[in-house]
Amino acid sequence: MEMTYAPAVPEIVLACLAMALLMAGVFGLERSRTVSWLSVVSLAVTLLLVLAGGTDRVVGLGGLFATGAFAVYVKVLVLLGSALAIVMSLTFNEREALDRFEFPIVVLFATLGMLMMVSANDLIALYLGLELQSLSLYVLAAFRRDTLRSSEAGLKYFVLGALSSGMLLYGCSMIFGFVGATGFDAIAAAVGNGGEPSLGLVVGLVFLMAGLCFKVSAAPFHMWTPDVYEGAPTPVTALFSVAPKIAALALFVRVLMEPFGDLADKWQQIIVVVAILSMAIGAFTAIAQENIKRLMAYSSIGHVGYALVGVATGTEEGVRAVLIYLAIYLFMNVGVFACILAMRQKGSAVENISDLAGFSKSRPLVAGILAALMFSMAGIPPLAGFFGKFYVFMAAINAGLVALAVFGVLASVVGCYYYLRIVKVMYFDEAGEDMDRPLPSEIGVVAGLSAAVVIFFVVVPWTITDFAGIAASALFAG
Amino acid sequence: MSSGVGLLSIITFLPLVGVLAILLLCRGTGEDAIRNARMAALWTSLATFVVSLFLWFRFDPETADFQFVEHVEWLTEFNIAYRMGIDGISLFFVLLSTFLTPICILSSWTAVQVRVKEYMIAFLALETLMVGMFCALDLVVFYIFFEGVLIPMFLIIGVWGGARRIYAAFKFFLFTLLGSVLMLLALLAVYLEVGSTSIVQVLAYSFAPDLQIWLWLAFFASFAVKIPMWPVHTWLPDAHVEAPTAGSVILAGVLLKMGGYGFIRFSLPMFPEASEFFTPLVFVLSCVAVIYTSLVALAQEDMKKLIAYSSVAHMGFVTIGIFTATNQGIAGAIFQMLSHGIVSAALFLCVGVVYDRLHTREIARYGGLVHRMPAYAAVFMVFTLASVGLPGTSGFVGEFLVLLAAFEVNTWVCFLAATGVILGAAYMLFLYRRVIFGKLEREELRAMLDLNPREIAVFVPLVVLVLWMGIYPSSFLDPIQMSVQNLVDQHQAAMHAMDETAAIAAKGH
Repeated sequence: MEMTYAPAVPEIVLACLAMALLMAGVFGLERSRTVSWLSVVSLAVTLLLVLAGGTDRVVGLGGLFATGAFAVYVKVLVLLGSALAIVMSLTFNEREALDRFEFPIVVLFATLGMLMMVSANDLIALYLGLELQSLSLYVLAAFRRDTLRSSEAGLKYFVLGALSSGMLLYGCSMIFGFVGATGFDAIAAAVGNGGEPSLGLVVGLVFLMAGLCFKVSAAPFHMWTPDVYEGAPTPVTALFSVAPKIAALALFVRVLMEPFGDLADKWQQIIVVVAILSMAIGAFTAIAQENIKRLMAYSSIGHVGYALVGVATGTEEGVRAVLIYLAIYLFMNVGVFACILAMRQKGSAVENISDLAGFSKSRPLVAGILAALMFSMAGIPPLAGFFGKFYVFMAAINAGLVALAVFGVLASVVGCYYYLRIVKVMYFDEAGEDMDRPLPSEIGVVAGLSAAVVIFFVVVPWTITDFAGIAASALFAG
Repeated sequence: MSSGVGLLSIITFLPLVGVLAILLLCRGTGEDAIRNARMAALWTSLATFVVSLFLWFRFDPETADFQFVEHVEWLTEFNIAYRMGIDGISLFFVLLSTFLTPICILSSWTAVQVRVKEYMIAFLALETLMVGMFCALDLVVFYIFFEGVLIPMFLIIGVWGGARRIYAAFKFFLFTLLGSVLMLLALLAVYLEVGSTSIVQVLAYSFAPDLQIWLWLAFFASFAVKIPMWPVHTWLPDAHVEAPTAGSVILAGVLLKMGGYGFIRFSLPMFPEASEFFTPLVFVLSCVAVIYTSLVALAQEDMKKLIAYSSVAHMGFVTIGIFTATNQGIAGAIFQMLSHGIVSAALFLCVGVVYDRLHTREIARYGGLVHRMPAYAAVFMVFTLASVGLPGTSGFVGEFLVLLAAFEVNTWVCFLAATGVILGAAYMLFLYRRVIFGKLEREELRAMLDLNPREIAVFVPLVVLVLWMGIYPSSFLDPIQMSVQNLVDQHQAAMHAMDETAAIAAKGH
């Protein structure tokens, strides 16, 4: 195995930049806004390096680390998600007295972990990336440490996250025990030699999948999500709902397709069940929610379910659908959280859905954007969310998973109800208390940007779908 | 095949230009801004109507092919493209949409006072989606327009509707969505089978009979809710009653026709064997709808609800006509839909006129209006008789053709449907008598003013059209003739082929 560092250059640079920023913060640079913007610049530099690295498959660091079109696509999404989350946190953190310079730096380390997950080519590398990400996220969840809810969220996330990491690690050790290697290529070779796979290997795979299901918050491993989403500061929730989820789902896809691609008939049934449970729980439990962040938690569980429908196909088309879904999901979610951050009354943030009453009167533009995003989340054409579901269900029907697709669309009708409820509160209900003015400009920009993506996707869909196609085919070429 | 953007795209997207104009130019909340928004919406929709008239003038009635065809590459890797085109079946639905939109806008000139800009934007967006749906020649493009209609309609009912508007808006949205998503899966299955989403190519493809059954059911789930058929019609009375007047007009006038159009465009020609198989089911449901909802209409105390139930009954005639799969039946169904589009729209407008003055739709609160509002009584009478199906009005032609076709196919269906005509006369005349005739006893009715010039401007084109369609239906039947004949020929060929396969299979045994 060659020891080239080339594929890991973006990650190494990001790590160095993050540590440099940490030093700068400790020794003098106290304004957190400056550190935040520098962090965004670091992410942008990393993004450029990722793009400059090219889309050819390169394996480095002695086989631990691999990059290629798939990794590049996902990394771009992850970096965008993290950068937007930092931008959205600027004003919120200042108003809530959370403007400490550590905040953006911890986000940088979490992002570093996500990038490593996406590129992991070995179970050890996978675990290291996952833990770096998770540990940073535990800290972020509890960032508002003097409030009970935030500390509770961090602690809960930590305890349950440790449990899932344990399961994942146990699965990895089983796989190592029965294959004798931790590298993805070696596992793929061992699995693909024909014949019935050993039971121990399958058990190991099941544990590994359970751990990953926890990380993507798929049912039945979703229990932590609502509490953590509700308790964490809103910009942190915005980050949770996009970047780590995208990275973990991409990792999930890679683990299933690359080393365990030949065991598809074994894992497919598990993914189908997990997808159905996630869609159902996302659709039904969200109906009764009063807190909009909790609602978004259940909504994200449902969306993971739809993405897993694409994973369940095990085909290139399915992976492509998942990648398109993730890109659209990123913009929808970031936009919704920008709107949630715009919900302030009398100087403090409000989070109840009923507080949105009359939002369309006091802030017609933001309300219009939020309504468009809600219709998009519900999957109503011509908005982008429809196309996410469209590609996923097309792949499912093509792979013969008709029953799963039927269940999926029925769940989406149920899910529609709670997205519509938000539109109803904003537009149909009598006006309540007015929202504060003015809106921080960066929040307005993020919300407008995501609304533009959601509305105009129908005109130029190939801007996303073409890249997703290249990324998916790269995964199946090797 | 021509390519690029042409007349159909201009008609489809012209209303969006009006939306942009309202968004960019009518700023502020002052009286001027509101007036400008109304004006912009009215002139845009009128311009759209005028442009759409060119379709009629330049339409070639000698061919069954799609005309004004447009083709723009879109999702090339799936062979999904922006394809537009119309034939005789869709021509008049496009015109109906562009004709009713300015009438809707004019009718809500004074009735809508809150969020006027948003209201106008919603109607213009709705027009784009409706027209696009009737012009789409690609399954995915069709679906996008078909489903997209839900968003503005949900807002129209929910924001400007009556007391129970939230319930009605949710019921409307979720009912129709539930049917549509199943159709989406069927569309995907069709695409994977045919390899293209071009409606022309899908129409030329013949599906295996087993597959046809499932696909037909999935399409049926969507169109039966939309048209609506008994027993999935329950969203309609709620939506009609709670929607603002113009919302009811567009709902009854155009949105219900999407279901009938879908049956004619998709179910019947794409799945002929499944259509044949399910024809008895459709006939039974339609006859139940005609008789049951007519009886329900007879018992209504709310004017809008009565007309809503009458819509379900009239749509029963449409489904009977379509599934007779004969020339008269389908032509009659199309004509009936056009006629109902105008007559029911006009009836809702008539209700709107008195509702604007007295703010109640309860029939018992009215009576003797003829003494104070003679012009109104005359207009209302024209549409009541058209709804009943009096010869000389548009309602007669469609019902007559449908009953003629039904008689050839199944006399019992014809007999049961014909009882619906009698019941229809009963509830409509009963309504008319209670509202218009009798003694003017209530004090508040004495102050009612007759139609004002704006209302006359709304009703005159509708009256003219109802009489024109009744007295000289050929203007409308001729352009649709070739397309309908072609459809029927294809259907018969498919039936013939099916009989032959059955005969060969029988010999083999």
